[in-house]
Amino acid sequence: MNEAEIKERVAAFLAEHDPAGDRLEFLRARFDAGLAWVWFPEGQGGLGAPRELQQVVERELADTPRQLHAGMLAIGLGMAAPTILTFGTEEQKRRFLRPLWTGEEIWCQLFSEPGAGSDLATLATRAVRDGDEWVVDGQKVWTSGAHHSRWAILVARTDPDVPKHRGLTYFVCDMQAPGVEVRPLRQITGEAEFNEVFLTGVRLPDELRLGAVGDGWRVAQTTLMNERVAIGGGPARRGGGMVAPVVEAWREHPELRTHDLHQRLLELWVETEVTRLSGARLREQLAAGQPGPEGSGMKLSFARLNQAVTGFDLEFRRDLGYDDWAFRRSENVDFYGRGPGYRYLRAKGNSIEGGTSEILRNIVAERVLGLPSEPRVDKDVPWKDLPR
Amino acid sequence: MTLLYSEIEEELRSSVRDLLADRCPPAAVLKRVESDPHDLDLWKTLAGEIGVAGLLVPEELGGAGATASEVAVVLEELGRAVAPVPFFTSSVLATRALLPTRDALLGELAEGRRTAALVVSFTASPYAPSRGASVSVDDGRLSGTVTGVAGADVADVLLVPVDGDLYAVEGASVRVVPSLDLTRPIATVTFDRAQARRVGACDVAAVLRFGAGLLASEQLGVAEWCLDTTLAYVKERHQFARPIGSFQAIKHRLADLWLDVVRARAAARNAASDPSSISVAVAQSWNAGVALHAAEEALQLHGGIGMTWEHPVHLYLKRAKATEIALGTPGDHREALASLVDVPGPE
Repeated sequence: MNEAEIKERVAAFLAEHDPAGDRLEFLRARFDAGLAWVWFPEGQGGLGAPRELQQVVERELADTPRQLHAGMLAIGLGMAAPTILTFGTEEQKRRFLRPLWTGEEIWCQLFSEPGAGSDLATLATRAVRDGDEWVVDGQKVWTSGAHHSRWAILVARTDPDVPKHRGLTYFVCDMQAPGVEVRPLRQITGEAEFNEVFLTGVRLPDELRLGAVGDGWRVAQTTLMNERVAIGGGPARRGGGMVAPVVEAWREHPELRTHDLHQRLLELWVETEVTRLSGARLREQLAAGQPGPEGSGMKLSFARLNQAVTGFDLEFRRDLGYDDWAFRRSENVDFYGRGPGYRYLRAKGNSIEGGTSEILRNIVAERVLGLPSEPRVDKDVPWKDLPR
Repeated sequence: MTLLYSEIEEELRSSVRDLLADRCPPAAVLKRVESDPHDLDLWKTLAGEIGVAGLLVPEELGGAGATASEVAVVLEELGRAVAPVPFFTSSVLATRALLPTRDALLGELAEGRRTAALVVSFTASPYAPSRGASVSVDDGRLSGTVTGVAGADVADVLLVPVDGDLYAVEGASVRVVPSLDLTRPIATVTFDRAQARRVGACDVAAVLRFGAGLLASEQLGVAEWCLDTTLAYVKERHQFARPIGSFQAIKHRLADLWLDVVRARAAARNAASDPSSISVAVAQSWNAGVALHAAEEALQLHGGIGMTWEHPVHLYLKRAKATEIALGTPGDHREALASLVDVPGPE
């Protein structure tokens, strides 16, 4: 399928569906026409077309209705959907993908636990088989958007007698099931983006299992690789992204400029620009069908840069204030709608969420550079015998 | 405009790389640097057989009519090998200075029959093009001195920019001085009423800007060799009964270095395909630092062996430090960006 054919499809679709009509009906029809994510297979919101043609669709449909609360869809679109597509049964794909894409059903991620962060595979939430059901008990943490979510992607331990990576199973968790309790976790910014989720005797039918029993680690890798790509996506325009509000303020406030700040800002500007170019090069490689390992590094670069730029911003403005400490549930991360203090504090999470920068450096070192791993003392030990 | 390498560029790269692997391994460079640094036999093969000398010269003037992107790939490979050949000084700087004049000398340079050098200090920059030079012209004869000139000692023809004009001189005093960069020696060039031929007009700043943009590709090559060589070493070297490359303290440094090199590649490709003032300043302010950092990390992570004369890492450190200074320091290029991208300094 090429650009012209995609354009024809869009034109035919628009001839039959009025963008001025009901928003949800329009979005459902767009999914059914294969114009949701064109690189997905036919019948699942796509056309089996090359991924770069998605931008053609987005351009052609730029002025048509969008999903509400786009920020809340990120986990569903970026993490749950590719995992369901890769490992789901036909029935699961049919049930979950359309309402996920239209935004009718919000998704969250039940991976991390108080005792399992960077070492996710050591997680302790148990799922025990009971006939056609699984009974889940445990505690999850850092769950963004859990309070809005209809579904969650969940990794739980189904076999404690084998080494940690082998005893995991991946599920879709019904967030409305009895025994699911969501409590907000207040962050250093004052608000609560994420939650702790307590799972007590939650019963999930076996139809909600994604992939084979014991194969949860492999399924989770698909989710995590997609998360890092999503978090690492950068600005397309020179001078765009996180440095833009700083440069704007710099131009507006000559009275705040110093020589020291000037040198540092130029260094940050240059690093922002080479990072942007590197992202542009990566996108070109992907479009040409030659994905390089560079993607693994993008999140690392952006985390460092965002922290440096937002810290600089606050210092440059000599701003001792803060816009709002109120404890409230936030719908999504709003870097540009909030003040510089919020940006600085929120950016601290960039090197922790979705894999800490330390873990990502290990991944780059081992998978890209081929360096040997550290000796692993827990590799061949049954999970139940690990010190905790 | 693309930031990727074309198939033709990859073919050119592999023929240059094969030749250098065969004729110019680091040990061979190390062996000759103190006696006869320039490898003119190698240069003859590169220029004549592979045809790199004529890349920038249009076909009708006897060259290959290629673009800066192909030149950049050759520079990456020459940087990887710290190859002591006058490609950058003759086929990039001098050739670029001559191009607007369409002088017949271009054909001879393209064929590799003759070699030229642009007589500017390697410390000059697009923003201070006459740094290190004081030459005057009187009745068609040149007098004065230029310090820190790279490639002059192997040049058959010296091209001297004076007051917006370019002069060709044969037979001036070229005195090689001990150089930090052993693989690209510098010389002091002195003219004492030297006979000169006016070749045409010359915008030295534009020539230096063009050179600075491409130097970023040479720096990328230097950084890549340092990273690759260090990776191989830390996988091999055992301490505490395991490869030192398995320690996180080392892995994390190399992961960070790799990230810097990935971005240096994007910056170099961008400056090669879009040699605007901004792209060049960005590439130089980033890549100069990355090449140097890569060489410094390589030295440190090789431990004591990195400090010895017999290991070639010092050749790369010296090249990296010299190119950090050449054609504008990273600070010079950042300062230029202040006005280019409207991030003005304090009033």
